[in-house]
Order: sequence, then structure tokens, then C-alpha cells
Amino acid sequence: MSGEKLSLKDLARKRDLLAPGHRLCAGCGAAIVARLVMKATRGPTIVACATGCLEVATTIFPYTAWRVPWIHSAFENVASTASGIEAGLKALKRAGKLKYDHVDVIAFGGDGATYDIGFQAISGAFERGHDILYVLYDNEAYMNTGIQRSGGTPKYASTTTSPAGKVIPGKLELKKPISHIMVAHRIPYVATASPAYPLDLMRKVRRGLEVEGPAFIHILAPCPRGWRFDPRYTIEMARLAVQTCVFPLWEAENGKYKLTGVSRSIARNPKMKKPVEEYLKRQGRFRHLFTPENRHLVDEIQKIVDEEWNWLLKMCQLS
Amino acid sequence: MTERLPGWRDIPIGGVAFKPSEEYKTGDWRVFRPVLNKEKCNRCYLCHFYCPEGAIKVLDTGDIEIDYDYCKGCLICVNECPRGALESVQE
Repeated sequence: MSGEKLSLKDLARKRDLLAPGHRLCAGCGAAIVARLVMKATRGPTIVACATGCLEVATTIFPYTAWRVPWIHSAFENVASTASGIEAGLKALKRAGKLKYDHVDVIAFGGDGATYDIGFQAISGAFERGHDILYVLYDNEAYMNTGIQRSGGTPKYASTTTSPAGKVIPGKLELKKPISHIMVAHRIPYVATASPAYPLDLMRKVRRGLEVEGPAFIHILAPCPRGWRFDPRYTIEMARLAVQTCVFPLWEAENGKYKLTGVSRSIARNPKMKKPVEEYLKRQGRFRHLFTPENRHLVDEIQKIVDEEWNWLLKMCQLS
Repeated sequence: MTERLPGWRDIPIGGVAFKPSEEYKTGDWRVFRPVLNKEKCNRCYLCHFYCPEGAIKVLDTGDIEIDYDYCKGCLICVNECPRGALESVQE
């Protein structure tokens, strides 16, 4: 079913399915992610949204920013809701009552809904093999309720529940490798994407919709409020995350890892890889790492990033 | 406040949102406005894809138009334009 080739020129003329007038913050990364994902849809689509910034700010009663059928139920069960929609569509089709040939189902969840609260629902939906696309927009903390740490918060990031100070230098635990866990579910398609590379992102979304069975896309959504940077640098942060290999771009089709875009170039030419410091020093949530007594923590983060990057390179060679 | 707010009897079942968000103009959030210099623009449309609001529209002619009704003035477009065709001006 891999159909038309996507191009920026054509997609720019496609009507947005996330309307303006939503109340996400100025410079919000999640808004960019949602717009781009909805641009890459191929036909009739139903969207389910977990509780989080995106859900709260796009549907403030009585307004809704969605130009597609949209449903919100609870924080923990967006994957189950999407499963139910997919099963319902299947039943309608079997009974010959479905107006369309095919309807795509997309589930949006933030990092709180994916890493922590809704994890079992996703795991179950993927095990049952529902034909849904799960989009994780990862802003790396519970931003909607006031920047509490989540399973997606990176090590040594300061949040309101892991505040950097005399006792701890920010969150002490590692970020959960969520997309690798999803690959381990043996679903047909898993990918990571960054809004700084819109075409790469939209191609992956389209691929995720095309495959038969569950697909998972992990998209970094920088948050000016929670990461503490000026809203104008949202895309720059998303780009630096890829260039420093903090957030490498890859896709795994049927468990076969493959680097894409800039990350592939970095693998070919390691000189392109930027030191992680360039990414960290631009964000207020890592500001405490640049005092003399915490300097060694930057080196530790660099070591973790390098190890994960080398592991990913090995996975790409193996498959 | 002269208009009576709807009570629970008036709210649709399930709290279904029924008004398009376009009726809610977010343009007054803005402190700085991006201004386009058409001569410098090479129609790469990156600003259109990077805009969180969808406030940068691509017209049928291929030109770009900024919808100041919704632009929140985050200035991502000014920061990202590869040709420096966008400039920020204080409101």
C-alpha cells in the first residue's frame, strides 16, 4: 500500500486538521507535532487523545480545534479507546455499514500518558495487534500540571518534583527507553521523529498508517515553559537533540533498525556529532549542571548518550 | 458580564465541544509580531510547517500570508527562516 510520495510543496497546501485558535502556549512543540502528524494523514481519520497539554488546550469547552472526529476519555486508556474504535470500525465494515473503504485511527499521548499512566493499555493494544497509530509527543515531564517529573524526563533535569539544589542535581533516574520497549512488542513499525525535520516526521507518520497492525511513533516536543528556554528556540532545541544524538532519528520496520535523516549522516561521518553540552546549556532545566561542582555530571550525560548511540549503531548493523 | 453563562442543563450531553476554535482569536497574546519581507522569501514553506498555530498560510498563488488573528508571537518563524525574510516588530 505504500502510495504517494510526500513533498513539502504539496503538503503545504493541504488544509490543517488542527485548527488555529487552540490555547497551547506560544512556541509549543506539541502543537507543531500535532499539526505535522495531521498533515500526513491519508484519508478519513479518527483521533483519540490522552489527557495532557494537547487534549486540555485544544478542546477548552465549548471550543474544539480538531477538524476530525475526536475523543478523549481518560489519562490511562487512550490506547484502549483507540483499540475500541478500530474494532468497531472492523465490525461495521464486516456488516457492510461502513461508508468508507478504510478509516485510520490515531492515538495521541504525552510522555505521562505513555511512559507512566497509560503504559499497560498501550502494551495490551499492541499485543492484541489493533491497526492503530500511537503518537507519543514527548515533552519530557508533566508540563500541563506544572512540570512534574515523569518516566520520560532525562537524567539531571530539574523539575518541580525533582528540583535541583543542595540535595539532588535534578532527576536521578534515567529516561525510560520507551521506543525500544515498543520494538520489543514485535509490532510492525516503530520510529522516532523530531519536528525540526518535518518531511522525515510526516513520512514516518504516513508509513505508520500504511502498515497493517500497530505502529508507534516517538516524537520529541520541546516545551519552552518546562525546559526553560525562549519560545523562539523550540525548533532549534528539537534539532540540537538530534545533532547531539540525545534523540537519534531511526525507524524499525518489523524489528529491523534503520537510522534516518541526519542521524544516518552522523553515523557515516561521526565528526558531525555535536557535544551534548551544546544542547544542555541552552535549557534552564539543566542550568545547575554548569556550576563548577556539577561539571562532572555533564560528562556523565555525554557518556550515557554515547553509550546509547553506540548501542543503536550496533542494533542497526545487526538487523 | 451581561450575558448569562450556560448552566448544566444547557451543556450538551457528554460535554461535547461544539464551537470551532477559530472563533477564539489568540492574536492578542502577542508581544512581538513577525513581519514578512516578500522579496527575500523563496517559498520554502518551512515557516508554515514550524508554526505551532498554523497561522502562516500558503495561498493558491504560492505566496505566504501571516494570519495575525491567531499568531501568538512565538517568533519560531523569525528564528528559523533560512533567508532571514521574517523580522520581529514589537506591537
